[in-house]
Amino acid sequence: MIRSTVRFLDERSGGAPFLRKALRYVFPDHWSFLLGEVALYAFVVLVGTGIYLTLFFDPSTATTHYHGEYQPLHGLEMTHAYRSVVDISFKVKAGLLIRQTHHWAADVFVVAIVLHLLRIFFTGAFRKPRDLTYYLGLTMLALALLEGYLGYSLADDLLSGMGLAIGYSVLMSVPFVGANLAELVWGGPFPGTPAFWSRMYVAHVFLFPLLIATLLGAHLLLVAARHHTQFRGPRKTERKVVGVPTFPGQTPRSLGLMSAVTAVLFLLGGLVQINPIWLWGPYHVASGTNGAQPDWYLGWLIGALRLVPGFDVTIGHYTLVPNPFWGGALFPLVVFGFLWAFPWLERRFTGDHAFHNLLDRPRDAPWRTAIGAALFTWVALIFLAGSADRVFVTFFVSYGWQILFFRIAVWVVPVVVLLVTRRVCLELQASERVERERELAEEEARRAAAPEPVR
Amino acid sequence: MRRLLAVAAVVLLAPGAAAAAPSGSGLYAENCLSCHGPGGSGTARGPRLRGVGAIAADFYLRTGYMPLLSPGDQPTRRRSPFTARQIDALVAYVASLGKGLPVPRPHPERGSIPVGLRLFTEHCAGCHQVVGEGGYVTGARVPPLEQASATQIAEAVRIGPYLMPRFPRTQISDRQLDSLVAYVQWAKHPDDRGGWAIGHIGPVPEGLVAWLLAGTALVAVCVVIGKRNEA
Ligand code: HEC
Ligand code: HEC
Repeated sequence: MIRSTVRFLDERSGGAPFLRKALRYVFPDHWSFLLGEVALYAFVVLVGTGIYLTLFFDPSTATTHYHGEYQPLHGLEMTHAYRSVVDISFKVKAGLLIRQTHHWAADVFVVAIVLHLLRIFFTGAFRKPRDLTYYLGLTMLALALLEGYLGYSLADDLLSGMGLAIGYSVLMSVPFVGANLAELVWGGPFPGTPAFWSRMYVAHVFLFPLLIATLLGAHLLLVAARHHTQFRGPRKTERKVVGVPTFPGQTPRSLGLMSAVTAVLFLLGGLVQINPIWLWGPYHVASGTNGAQPDWYLGWLIGALRLVPGFDVTIGHYTLVPNPFWGGALFPLVVFGFLWAFPWLERRFTGDHAFHNLLDRPRDAPWRTAIGAALFTWVALIFLAGSADRVFVTFFVSYGWQILFFRIAVWVVPVVVLLVTRRVCLELQASERVERERELAEEEARRAAAPEPVR
Repeated sequence: MRRLLAVAAVVLLAPGAAAAAPSGSGLYAENCLSCHGPGGSGTARGPRLRGVGAIAADFYLRTGYMPLLSPGDQPTRRRSPFTARQIDALVAYVASLGKGLPVPRPHPERGSIPVGLRLFTEHCAGCHQVVGEGGYVTGARVPPLEQASATQIAEAVRIGPYLMPRFPRTQISDRQLDSLVAYVQWAKHPDDRGGWAIGHIGPVPEGLVAWLLAGTALVAVCVVIGKRNEA
């Protein structure tokens, strides 16, 4: 029965040779190669839970008065968008579980991409012939950030409304074209027209997921076409990949990982509260709350907005570059721009245009490791500055001092990290050399001491 | 409860203090005069107290805001060095210095939580965060509200301690104040759904959970699954 079905499919698709190849595809044998897969499965969970949410979400800015399950909001005026999210949380079967899982999945999706990116960066996996794969990955990261921001904004609660207000002011701050861009996206001055909500909705549930899925497909095809990289080791060469085949080796691993990711996300969704929009209340223009923060993966932008000293670039009365531009727009552009340019920069400076299928260990490329560590430290410090207000309230560390500290630290610490990391890499290399020489010498001595074996 | 214990301790340890009725003016001269001047006339180190009324004295003393340790500081909540009876005497003394508002008697049970939420978002959340978890504003730490009693909430609204603005009746009526107090009281233990509430402040602790809990768990899974099967 199975045999005849398989034959039926094969005779009509001619897929057997391809399938055989796919099943014999070799996966390298190191845990860090699984981080990308974690991101992949988080994305699958996002799509799955997201579809469920679309069945109940109402992207309308028409207002209503709430008379649902949840007493503390009774009688309040709110948009249907907000009302429907409250209903998803309290009325829809498994709605809160799915909503929270969706949100946790978004948070964890970006965590996994960042970890994956770190692995790729520090092992030099982005080098030719995989730079294209790397660019696709970076683009997906950028899209994931925007997609998360859109999802966060759709709920129309107090925090998301404030998040949109910040986004609007950042877009407005782009020199020359900012005002027109914002007008174009919002369809009018903040908070925009109802069309803006449908635009966000279409972008969040259709355009961005489709874009990410397409890029993801291309990313995976490229990985498969170029094969995985691998660490140096016995029998591993630039031409030969050593590892486990898709089947029976990798398949159970992947399935296991998929189950684990799904389990972790649903556990979080069921057990840990995330974005309790019913506590934030509905958004009304000109109302706000202290310490409104976007989701964690945009915290670095909030940190940057806080750290940039308050100044505008003006010509006469005309404000050329309003302040939010530096932290909200230029900063992420610099970070992404640098990451994008890095494969090219590295080729330029090392003159290394060769194909690379074997990975470097971080110590093998001291400059790259040092630069990566410095960049990461820079972004991480700015990110931490984004929560300075909570640190102040919780631990009584003066806000002003913290900001002053960060303003200096973000320039000093990365340089220190750069120098120290490079030094450490070089020392590690040197100690390995010494070790190898000692081993060789010992071997030699042993051979000289021992009598020639009698054959 | 904590206050009761403190009072009990003081009563047990210092029976003399409990027996004789404490003198307001005496306590004032000892603890407040250096900053607020004789008869509450004010000095460079502390404002005039004539006319601030029982309401201000009650709030500043029962929150432990006063006596301030150093004049430049923002007053913060701590355990008051005075017994309840000493505070009563001090409040009466400060109230006697001039005309002022009495201690308010809010009735949160007459208020409505949804109305309170709306008022709180409109007037207070910009500083205190929408669930009353506090925050930073230029020049001050805005305290979380989980320790403020109903009376203290009403007092704070009317007197506006430190950088906080004052909200007179024309702005927030007594009925609205009842709702506001009801909301702040409710927000100390809001109707939580969805599991472990990680502080009601949103993304900062959420990011921590995403990295430390989920991130660690998933990397651990990768390490376990990715371990080479030496066979
Ligand atoms: C401009 C910001 C601001 C606004 C608006 C504001 N507050 Fe305050 N509030 C503060 C600050 C700052 C303090 C701390 C005062 C101090 O340390 O002396 C405070 C203290 C309080 C306290 C005492 C807290 C404690 O336990 O120590 C209460 C209660 C309070 N506010 C309630 C309210 C309510 C209710 C509203 C809205 C009607 C409100 N506040 C509006 C800034 C504000
Ligand atoms: C180290 C100086 C200092 C000492 C000691 C001190 N205060 Fe104050 N007090 C201040 C300052 C400064 C302010 C203003 C703080 C503010 O705006 O919140 C203040 C404010 C007050 C207020 C509120 C005034 C208003 O305008 O609403 C009252 C009431 C008060 N103090 C009572 C007392 C009492 C009673 C004592 C003694 C137990 C005392 N203080 C001890 C410095 C002091």
